[in-house]
Parts: sequence; structure tokens; C-alpha cells
Amino acid sequence: MTDSTTGPDQFTGPTPDNALRDADGEARADGPMLAADGTPLKRSLNRALRAQKLRALGLIAPLLIFILVTFIAPIADMLFRSVENQIVSETLPRTVAALDDWDGEGVPGDAAFEALAYDLTIAAEEKNHTRLGSRLNYETTGISSLFRKSGRGVDDIGEVHADAFADLDPLWEEAETWLALMSSEDYIADEAVWRAAKDGTLPPAFELRDGVATALPRTADIFAEFARVIRIEDEDSPATEEPWNIVYRALWSDLRDNPDAAQAFAGGNADLVAAAAAAVPDFPDEDIRAAFLDIDEDWDDHDVWGTIEAFSSTYTSGYFLAAADFQLTPDGIERQPEDQQIYGLLFQRTLFMSLTIMVSCILLGYPIAFLLSNLPLRTSNVLLILVLLPFWTSLLVRTSAWKVLLQQQGVINDTLVWLGLVSDANRLELINNQTGTIIAMTHILLPFMILPLYSVMKTIPPYYVRAAKSLGATDWTAFWRVYFPQSVPGIGAGCILVFILSIGYYITPELVGGTTGTFISNRIAYHISSSLNWGLAAALGSILLAVVLLLYWVYDRIVGIDNVSLG
Amino acid sequence: MKLKTLMLLTGAAVAATPALAQEMADEMTLVSWGGAYQESQQKAYVEPYLEMHPGVTATWDSSSNEAVAKLRAMAEAGNVTWDLVDVVASDAIRLCDEGLAMEIDFDEMLEPAPDGTTASEDFGDLIVSDCFIPQIVYSTTFGYRTDMVGDTPPTEVCAVFDTETYPGKRSLEKRPINNMEWALLCDGVAKEDVYDVLETEEGQDRAFAKLDTIKDDVIWWSAGADTPQLLADGEVVMGSTYNGRLFSVIEEQDQPVAMLWDAQVFDLDGWIIPEGLPEDRLNRVLDFVRFATDTQRLADQAKYISYGPARMSSAPLVSTHAELGIEMAPHMPTDPANATNTFLYNYEWWADYRDDLDAKFQAWLAQ
Repeated sequence: MTDSTTGPDQFTGPTPDNALRDADGEARADGPMLAADGTPLKRSLNRALRAQKLRALGLIAPLLIFILVTFIAPIADMLFRSVENQIVSETLPRTVAALDDWDGEGVPGDAAFEALAYDLTIAAEEKNHTRLGSRLNYETTGISSLFRKSGRGVDDIGEVHADAFADLDPLWEEAETWLALMSSEDYIADEAVWRAAKDGTLPPAFELRDGVATALPRTADIFAEFARVIRIEDEDSPATEEPWNIVYRALWSDLRDNPDAAQAFAGGNADLVAAAAAAVPDFPDEDIRAAFLDIDEDWDDHDVWGTIEAFSSTYTSGYFLAAADFQLTPDGIERQPEDQQIYGLLFQRTLFMSLTIMVSCILLGYPIAFLLSNLPLRTSNVLLILVLLPFWTSLLVRTSAWKVLLQQQGVINDTLVWLGLVSDANRLELINNQTGTIIAMTHILLPFMILPLYSVMKTIPPYYVRAAKSLGATDWTAFWRVYFPQSVPGIGAGCILVFILSIGYYITPELVGGTTGTFISNRIAYHISSSLNWGLAAALGSILLAVVLLLYWVYDRIVGIDNVSLG
Repeated sequence: MKLKTLMLLTGAAVAATPALAQEMADEMTLVSWGGAYQESQQKAYVEPYLEMHPGVTATWDSSSNEAVAKLRAMAEAGNVTWDLVDVVASDAIRLCDEGLAMEIDFDEMLEPAPDGTTASEDFGDLIVSDCFIPQIVYSTTFGYRTDMVGDTPPTEVCAVFDTETYPGKRSLEKRPINNMEWALLCDGVAKEDVYDVLETEEGQDRAFAKLDTIKDDVIWWSAGADTPQLLADGEVVMGSTYNGRLFSVIEEQDQPVAMLWDAQVFDLDGWIIPEGLPEDRLNRVLDFVRFATDTQRLADQAKYISYGPARMSSAPLVSTHAELGIEMAPHMPTDPANATNTFLYNYEWWADYRDDLDAKFQAWLAQ
């Protein structure tokens, strides 16, 4: 871009920029120059300039906002999705924390199972567990049903403890008991007001009693979650429902660890907790790991835990790795097994076929554009309509027409057989492969090559070629040395249009591409609309975008982006 | 609008929740597959429903093939404009897992059978997800050109893999589901062991090896209309597609095509209600669904398309085709004569293995 011919300094007439610079120079020489109204000229000019710039901005604002909202923002959102991975740490926060201590060998200890029981109970109540299951199933097959099953079974965990507490004192079955025990006085008062009002509003947000979190840490944690879920999901208060079984398990383990927990309470609460603390050592234990294995023995699988661990961070490189035929495993980054490597191949194929389509568009489009630009205007306008005609026909109709033409029992094969050029048994395979995609897409994209070429060729003065010939050049030399170089900007523009359009095409390759003629965009479409793996689709899309930008940069270095013209 | 707000406010003030429950929207947006299938729904229960409720309008959106992605995008944007969405069972399971579809209380929300059987018993095993109300049973099965198979028309599904006896191209769907099962069945695996075998690495290789034997002779389809077209053009000698499409090729277009019901794979299509609809729209949809999935309405649908009603109680009520006048029962995939050897799609299994096997399948295709 060094040879740029436009820019503020090239204008000889007065512009606000030049005047500003002049004013600057004057100021240095002999004090500030003043405008007619006495303000320094520089400031007054600045003001004028700013107003002008604002007006210009105002004029482009609708387009700018439109592009920001409909183009830049969605692209940024998509790029973000390719690394975003909050779902694991948000759905299983305790488990993720517990896995920090895991050495990655075998299956983690009981602490992780315990944490999983809490997380999964909450997730199942909020119906988040199946979402997480499908997310992790992209990485390890079987996690989807593992989570679905576990979500159904997890509410049995802690049942023995719930029964034991109920046997000890029926008060433990009462929601009111728990409310009095766990919540702050303020909350109890607010909740009573809310319940009396019955006005359909959300109940007040739950508040823990002071000191409970230290005396009974697990119980406080899970009960607060219980209250939150009841409030959001059922729009009700914890005073109306008996806590989940897992709350009893939490209380059981808290009291085992801290037999003096009653000290944190007063009055009836203290007696209740003290009695429970005294009884807890005789309560039946429940092997938490066995309980999970009972739901599904896959919890004994190292890969399941490894996957949770590997994808526990908020941001992940997992999608990009998958898009490059690698995978993130518990033991680090590995190459995808050979029978699942596909994206590298598809990227290569997309680039190769887009280039082929581009080249065939040049070969077919250049002579047409040349002819159009050299015919009398009346004839060329009629022919131009023929070029534009495909634009007015639906893409699907054109693609289906190619099917009818190219298939083995189609028009072209029938004609060839009739002419005796091919035998009936060896009809040509022209569709459902790369050939089909290249033919159909060259046809669809041809106008994008012809139109820029035509408009550039129209501007090439015919007397240059005549002059070359009068100086003794042959037809070919005159074309190649004089005409062709002047048409290069049109080729450049056509190539960029055709190449970039074809790299993102997916309908035509899907319909006529068979297995060898499909593009990377077909996989992106599959992951967007069918597998719902939007992260992977976003990663594939980001790579494609990066490749296009890189090619654009290379093009700029080799041909020069200034050397592109639409007319 | 103002009146509605006022009514809502008064309703809330006197805590008259039952009165509120009657509030119903006057518009519904129904999502379906377009084409003959949507037409059958329109005639069998949408038109009758609108006749009973003159103030109500129903708008169709033929986006079922991308319903999963669109519904997720709508939910993320916080603006779900659909009221009732027709999807296949596997998509319904995915939507349910993603929390995008509402859980259905079958006995509460749906009409019992005329003899009093509860809805959940009437649908029976076809309730494959908590969010999914089945409407029809369709099957993916093979059709073949009667003029291209010589004197020995194929009688079993393994003819697909027999390129000696039946030379020519075949069309199969461009996805692993169904193809992997058929490959194993024809490689000698017993029907009840198919999924156990397919779970193992060796079993998958075995299925791919079997598919390899016909890979060069296959045209892979991705739209349901492809196989009927390919059969009609004589491009393929046999191909898999939905039985309703084959019915229309054979009976309505009168092409030299016949059905090969052997090892047909049953699948389900039905409604889901998007999660989080406002109360008035939800009430309208529930009212409509209760009507549209009752015994008579499901049987009526079979007048227009050859898919079997999902309710057991509807089967005896299936009558003749509305235009052709032929008996529809023999064209139902569930008809005893057609269903001598059927295969049940294992939804739970495919929910787990779909992502993995699809990657392998696509890589295999691309090789």
C-alpha cells in the first residue's frame, strides 16, 4: 500500500486537515493565530472538524450499528463459544474442587463421590444434569446415559440417614423443624409475612442462621441450595417441603465430625441437635461409592472421572483440539484415533475444491467477459441477461437440475450412450462425487467471476491494443502483454469473490457431493443443527475464518489488494 | 391488551388462580415437517380444532428438520415463538436433555382411550421420553424397482448387501443409525445382540467391514425425498427411506416399486411443548394437544398418510385413504403382515453412541 495515491496530503485545495496543520505551523512561528471571532484559529478549526466528523459518523451510524449487531456481535459470540466451557464447573462445583486432590490414577476417593452426590442432587432437581451429560458425551461415549440414569437414582442416596433421623425423632421429618434450625430470625419473619400474603410473588431469598455454617458446614451448604432450588423451581419456600435425602446425609456426616455442634444453637434447636449428635454414631453408614456403583457401574471407570477432570476448567482448548483431529484426554493431548480423523482431510478438501472451482470459473468466465465487453452494447446487454438469469432462479432448483442432467440415467449419460461414446454398462459417474460438486458450484458461482471481469474489461481502452498491433505486435502478444495485465484487477476481484463464497458453501455439496465432494461447512452445519455441539462448530468456523484471513493476507502480499477492482 | 392486563391483575388480587388457568391465547404456532405429513396433520386435527374454536388461528412453520437448533437459539435469546413442535423421538430426547422441552404428565394432560384406559397405558412402550407425546409410528425400510430385480424379487433386507444377485446402486441414509444395525444383522449377528456387539470396537469394525463391501455401490441420501426420486428415475435398484414416502411412490405415483418390509426399523414422531411458555399460550397448546392426540384424531391422520397411529386404541379405527379410497391398514408399518420381522430403534443407546459413531462413520465415508 506504499504507492497509495490518495490521502489528505495529496489534495491541493484547502481541507480542514491542511488548514489545521497550517494553523499549527503559524502558532509556532508567532503566537496563536486568531479566527474572526477572536478564538484561536486552531480551536475554532478543531471544532469545525469535529462537527464534520460527527456528521459523517451520524451518516454511517445506521450501517455501523447494523453491522455491529448483525455481523460483528454474532461472530464474536461464536468465537467465544469455541473456548467457553463453564457448564462443568457450574454444574459440578464441589466435585471439581474435590478432584483437585486427585492424582489422576484409577478412580478418585470417597470425597469426590460425596461431592458428586451433592452436585448431582442439585443438578437433577434443576434438570441441568442431562445437559452436562450431553456436553461430556461429546468427549466420552456413554456419559449421556450415565448422567441421565444417575439423575434418576441420586435422590435415593441419603435415604437410610433420612429414615434414621425420622426414627430418632419424627420432628426431623417436618419442614418447619428444618426452617427453625437453619434459617436466620429475619428470614423466618419475612417468610411468615410472605406466606400470609399469598400474593403470587417469589418468596424472600433464603438466609442462613449465624454460626450454622461453621457448626454444620455441609448441611448449611446443601440446605441453602435446597432453599434456593425450591424458591426458583417451585416458587415456594423451604417451610413447605421436607428436605432432600442428601441433606440428612450431610447432617449425619457433620454431626459425626463435630459432636458438639449443638453449642451453636439455642433452645429447642440445641436439644434437638444434641440428641441427634448423641445418636449419630449408632446410625447405619452408607458407602457412597457403592451407592453410585449401584446406580451405574460406569462410575468405576477412570475415563469418566478423567473426562470430568480434563474439562473442569472454565475455558477449554478441547473444541479446537477436536477441530484439528486431536483430543483432550485425562493424560494430556492425544491424536484422535485414525478412524475418527476427518477434519484435517475436510479442510484440505475444501481448500482444494474451492481453488479448483475458482480456476474453472476463470477459464470459463474470462472468454465470456471478453466477448461481452467487445460486442456492441445492444447484443452484450442481451447476453448479460443470460449471465444474470441463474441469479433469478432458486439455488435448490438449479442444483436439482444438475442432478437430472448428471445422474447415471440422466440426460448427459443418455446422450453419450446414444452417441455410442460410452457403453450402457459403463455410464459416467458425474454426480454424488467431487466432479458433481465442482460442476454445479462452478455454474452457480460463474456470474461472480464474469461480472467484475466484464466491468473491468469495459474500462480498458481499445486503442491500447490497436496501438500495440500498429507497432507490430501479434494478436497474442497484444493480448498477453497489453490487454491481459489491464484485466488482472478484475480477475483478482472475481477470484476473491468466488473463492470466499465457495469455501463456505454447504447446500450444493450436501446435495450433489456424495461422500467425496462435501466441504467442511457440511460438518459445521451438522454440528449446529443436529448434534448441537455448537462449541465444536464454533471452533471449526473460527479455523475457517482464520484460514480465509490468512489467504487474504497472502493474496495481498503477492498480488496486492489495491490491484483489485470491481470496475 | 389492556383489558387482559386488567383481568390478570384482578385475577391475581383475589388469588383466583383457577380463573386464570382458563386464560388462553388465540394464536398458535405449530412446527412440522411440511409436505404431505403436515397436510395430514392439518386435515386430521388442526382444521377440526379450528372449526370448534372459531376465534383461534394456527400458523405452521415447516422447520422440524432444524427444530433442535432453532429451539435452542430461541431459548438462548429468551424468545420462544413456537407453541408446539413436531420432532422425531431422538430429537425429543435431546431437547428434553437440554431442558428445552416441557415434561409431560401423560394421564393429566392427555385424553384417556374411549374404553377408559389411561393415556400412559394407551401409548405404552412408545413413551420413550418424559417430554415426548408420540403421534405416529413410521418405519425406515427398503423399496426396490420391480423391473430391475429379475425373476427373484428380494424378500429380506440382506439383499441390499448382495450385489451379485441384485447388481446396481443402492441408496442408504448418510448417517450411522440403521445402517450399522442392518450391516450387523446381515453379517450374522442375532437381532437381540446387535447393540451389544455394536458397543465394542470389534463390532463397529465388523459393521464397517460389511458396509465396505457395498460402499462403491451406494448413493448416500440426506433428504427423505431422495430415495423415492432415485427409485423413480431408475438410478438405484433399491433404497431405504420412510415407508410413507414409498407408499406415495407406489400408490399415488404408480411407479414400478415394491416394499421390502423385512427388518424395517420402527421410529416415532410426535409433539414436544417448548419449556417456559407464558401461561395463556401454554393453556391453549395443552387444550389443542389433548384434542389432537385423542384416539379418533390419531386414527383420522392415517386417512391421509400411511403411518401407524401411536395409540393402541386407534388401530381398529384406521379406515380408508381419503382420496384413493384404498384400505390403509395393509400399508401401515404396524400391520401384522408387514411387521413379521421388525427392528426397534434403541434410543437410549444411540443417545450415547451417536456422537462417537457419527464421527467414525463420517471418517469412514470420507476415506
